Amino acid sequence: MKTITDTWFMILRQTRNLMREPIWIALILIQPMVWLILYGQLFKNVTRLGGFGTGSYITFLAPAIVVMNAFFGATWSGMSMIYDLDHKIVERFLATPGSRLAIVLSQIVRSALTAAIQAIVILLVSLALGVRVHTGAVGWLVIILAAILVNSAFAGVSQAIALLTRREATMIAVANFIGLPLLFLSTTMIARAQMPGWMQTAAKFNPVDWGVKAAREVVLPGTEWGTVGLYLLLLLGLTALTSAWATWTFRAYQRSL
Amino acid sequence: MDAIVVNDLRKRYGEVQALDGVSFAVSEGEVFGLLGPNGAGKSTTVRTLVTLTRADSGSASVAGHDVAREHNAVRRVIGYVPQDSGVDELGTGRENLVLQGHVQGMKRRDLRSRTNELLELVGISDAADRIVKTYSGGMRRRLDIALGLVHRPRVLFLDEPTTGLDPEARVVMWEEVSRLAQAESLTILLTTHYLEEADQLADRLAIVSQGKVVVEGTPAGLKAGLRGDAVHIELENGAVDDAKRVLSGVGASPEQVLEGRTIVSRVENGGRALPGIISALEGAGIPVASVSLSRPSLDDVYLHFTGRDFAAEDRAA
Repeated sequence: MKTITDTWFMILRQTRNLMREPIWIALILIQPMVWLILYGQLFKNVTRLGGFGTGSYITFLAPAIVVMNAFFGATWSGMSMIYDLDHKIVERFLATPGSRLAIVLSQIVRSALTAAIQAIVILLVSLALGVRVHTGAVGWLVIILAAILVNSAFAGVSQAIALLTRREATMIAVANFIGLPLLFLSTTMIARAQMPGWMQTAAKFNPVDWGVKAAREVVLPGTEWGTVGLYLLLLLGLTALTSAWATWTFRAYQRSL
Repeated sequence: MDAIVVNDLRKRYGEVQALDGVSFAVSEGEVFGLLGPNGAGKSTTVRTLVTLTRADSGSASVAGHDVAREHNAVRRVIGYVPQDSGVDELGTGRENLVLQGHVQGMKRRDLRSRTNELLELVGISDAADRIVKTYSGGMRRRLDIALGLVHRPRVLFLDEPTTGLDPEARVVMWEEVSRLAQAESLTILLTTHYLEEADQLADRLAIVSQGKVVVEGTPAGLKAGLRGDAVHIELENGAVDDAKRVLSGVGASPEQVLEGRTIVSRVENGGRALPGIISALEGAGIPVASVSLSRPSLDDVYLHFTGRDFAAEDRAA
């Protein structure tokens, strides 16, 4: 119980701080639209190659951009933990009876909430661009859920790296190192049929691709709910694993004090 | 009853023996100072007492609760004002206080009135809704202290409360701390590397050096333990051995030699003895560069018990 209330209060703090940075708000809302519009235009004609399940590239792309954006956001979520470590805010909490778990959990949940809000914005813009989610409102919820899960899973990793390295420079290097490769080793921008064989295989093990597949499945006609459920479950399992890892690294950090 | 009991704490960080058997006790309602240069082990002691760090061996209790076994009981009754703040400077003073209170498990209504009361008490009501980034050093330190007090702790730990403040702000902070100790009927453990600060604030103090308590007592008692005034005689050349002989002859036995050319002696009624000392040295053909006479200070206590000059050690650390 204390974990839940403490998590809530800590999320409130982080959110309030973010709200004070109007530029940041603008960026998190505008950036995903830039992806959507730039990629949408650049690869517009790629659907002619076949295997996309739709002739409208923007329809193919929109759910994937939601997931990609959630993924990118997650890789940076550890930065806020490093800020709290550097400013000894974490230590101040540790000298109180406050929940230890809440310190890590609040970071992950805050990150996931941001991803959910961005997902809604991207979906609204997509709607304006003519994208129709085949399964309607349920589909929207699935896409948002996929964004939340992909974000939480990678936020757990990002938090763990933040707690292990405690250095911004390392965080930035890691985020850059995993960001683009995982994006290109997925069906985010291109149909599976158009990928080289080894990449198709690699994509199977890529959690970003699990999210993309679940989200895209509900947008295009012929939705297979079993597939959606499977990928969401895989992501849920991964989230549990990475959150546990982040919690473990937090204990290691405590022991190092 | 003792509010804090520390018994033979030891802690090693890699090659560094941060605590090498620290023991002391603090009575309820007392302001107790841990005085020592940087790196002496004061902060590590405090961090152990507030349950942030685990000692390798030894035991300690705060308000009757063992710090190693009863974490949460300890955390509920202590306030901790760390050396480097821990304030979220992107939030306002009030937001910081309210979050701290929530995490401490306070009820909403109680917390609201307590926040106002504390903002008033530490004198930052006018700045309560400003972002902490805009605060001066002194205001920030007041907020730190308010954060440590929000849940009405019985024991307050102040780690270097005035480091980084200018001398004027420091004096104001001393008054505040004394006042708070009264107003909130607190036991306070403070660490400092300012001798004047320990002298001003602490009812009792322990001098810590290289992970150990060297001596413990009231500031006045410790100073009184050093009989006589300190005479510092700086020699023009390095004839220290000759000078020592002369000084012993006139009843001003040398205690220490600083930097190879300044002799420190302890003399009863220094003012009266000084002319005799100077003429004896001159009579022996030893030129004197400067002479100073001081009433016993905590500097002298430190020097006396550790054999090292406080300021030099603090700089070196």
